[in-house]
Amino acid sequence: MIDKKTIEHIAKLARLNITENEAAEYSAQMGKILQNFDMIAKVETGGIEPLVTPTEIEAYWREDQAHNTATPEEMLTNAPARVGNLYKVPPVV
Amino acid sequence: MDLTFASLSEISEAVTAKKLSAKEVATHFQQRVQALDPKLNAFAALNPDVIKEADAIDARIAKGENVGVLAGVPFGIKDMLCTKGLATTAGSKILSGFIPPYDATVVSRLKKAGVVIMGKLNQDEFAMGSSNETSFFGPVKNPWDLERVPGGSSGGSAAAQAARLVPGTIGTDTGGSIRQPASFCGIVGVKPTYGRVSRYGIIAFASSLDQAGPMVSTVKDAALTLEVISGHDPMDSTSSQKQVPAWSKNLSSDIKGMKIGVIKEYLSGGLEADTQKTFDEALATVKKMGAEIVEISVAGTEFAIPVYYLVATSEASSNLARYDGVRFGYRAEFPRLSGVELEEFYGKTRGEGFGAEVKRRIMLGTYCLSSGYYDAYYNKAGQVRRLLTEQFIDAFKKCDAILSPVTAAPAFKLGELVHDPMTMYLNDIFTTSTNLAGLPGMSVPFGLSQSGLPIGVQVTGAHFEEQKMLNVAYALESVSSVKGKNPHVI
Repeated sequence: MIDKKTIEHIAKLARLNITENEAAEYSAQMGKILQNFDMIAKVETGGIEPLVTPTEIEAYWREDQAHNTATPEEMLTNAPARVGNLYKVPPVV
Repeated sequence: MDLTFASLSEISEAVTAKKLSAKEVATHFQQRVQALDPKLNAFAALNPDVIKEADAIDARIAKGENVGVLAGVPFGIKDMLCTKGLATTAGSKILSGFIPPYDATVVSRLKKAGVVIMGKLNQDEFAMGSSNETSFFGPVKNPWDLERVPGGSSGGSAAAQAARLVPGTIGTDTGGSIRQPASFCGIVGVKPTYGRVSRYGIIAFASSLDQAGPMVSTVKDAALTLEVISGHDPMDSTSSQKQVPAWSKNLSSDIKGMKIGVIKEYLSGGLEADTQKTFDEALATVKKMGAEIVEISVAGTEFAIPVYYLVATSEASSNLARYDGVRFGYRAEFPRLSGVELEEFYGKTRGEGFGAEVKRRIMLGTYCLSSGYYDAYYNKAGQVRRLLTEQFIDAFKKCDAILSPVTAAPAFKLGELVHDPMTMYLNDIFTTSTNLAGLPGMSVPFGLSQSGLPIGVQVTGAHFEEQKMLNVAYALESVSSVKGKNPHVI
């Protein structure tokens, strides 16, 4: 079990509104899943560099050039709300 | 030629030789989709311009142009890949209404080879699931038994291919999402080496694990499709610059003298009887064909599931932070924006836009990355991931390919595991280490259960050694019990 306070804290960090029911469900399920995750604590990993990219990918260079891949109009057609060429959002300041 | 069951090159050659028009091909498969998809729910969206695109291929052929090796072949594309002008939602409400302004590299390469896009295929939301039950568009049914799941997350691709609604499909695989549904639906599914296929334009789930690949009817079709979509792409910083071999041309079922590895730790039992029988028969088959069976050891395979779910949920919680209701997709309704706190704006949009499984994984990933837990979880998982990967690299010094089951049992029933996420996660025991280690892996249909469900076997190769993997699968395919059998639904 993960306590309700921790669940609420994590949901806040994740910017995720969750209902009371969801909080109760996640608290039970996450406890069980994290118990499984905790299995790896017993593996001896002293001095081992964590692996992120699993294959050897050679770095490559390219010219730092701007490309016109899409027009502002093309990009903005997906906006849920807009004003001219700007995205409409709640007041930020 | 029976168009429904024709291979990719048979269709492409007929279209190129003008024996058949691309329009006739597209119409044929469009009619199959209309007739059969209401039973399967494999498609999330259909391309309204498919006939127009086929016409354009015919016009180019009429002008004498060399269109490509997949000229006029209709493909279904998993909804995880961006398609210019065609809705792309990753099976999620939060991307409802999103029309990509560009094609994923995989899609643009298919189009360049002459493919026409039939539509977008249903999937688990953001590819998070093993049963295709987490999709916003509802579950996909397995064409072999409509009460069973097609597997996931590329369940729409597997079902559409098995029912021959299209000659070819593309899926994505983060922890088994191509191979497991391929096994459940009796088709061939390939997850390439990490870096072989560009991830540009593929909606990110877990960036260090994701790869797209073919889900088709035969090993030869898989090799050909893989050739088309592979190769360096400057738009993906993890894209390999290695040359793409002519896999389809070099395909050979002669595996005499090859060393086939069997992972000792996988032999501890626990396989359902028909799956065990299928795997044993596959081993006996390659042995009979002259290959040598080599027992190998990969210590700590029991940690693959926790390491995988730690890495995948952590990377997902970060990747999915972009869905904020500002630039695209779903936004929660607010009567007026002034006075709305930004955090409430994000929280409400994300709370309403994501489904239950995605929320659960975002929560898990956020927890594992949060202050005080990072070292014990994400960092530690990365270390164990290295230990596992190094053992696989060592194992491939002793063998050319590894044979294993894909899953412990054939397709399960819809609703059977949906309320038990941990048991659902344990389903991925044989598939996740391939992604963690970045290896190429594939499922090839080989056996049938007593009740007539297809069962695949998994062939895994060393990094960038897809040819050996494909050859072993090609040899197994030649004597597969699934060969020539089709789901009842068609």
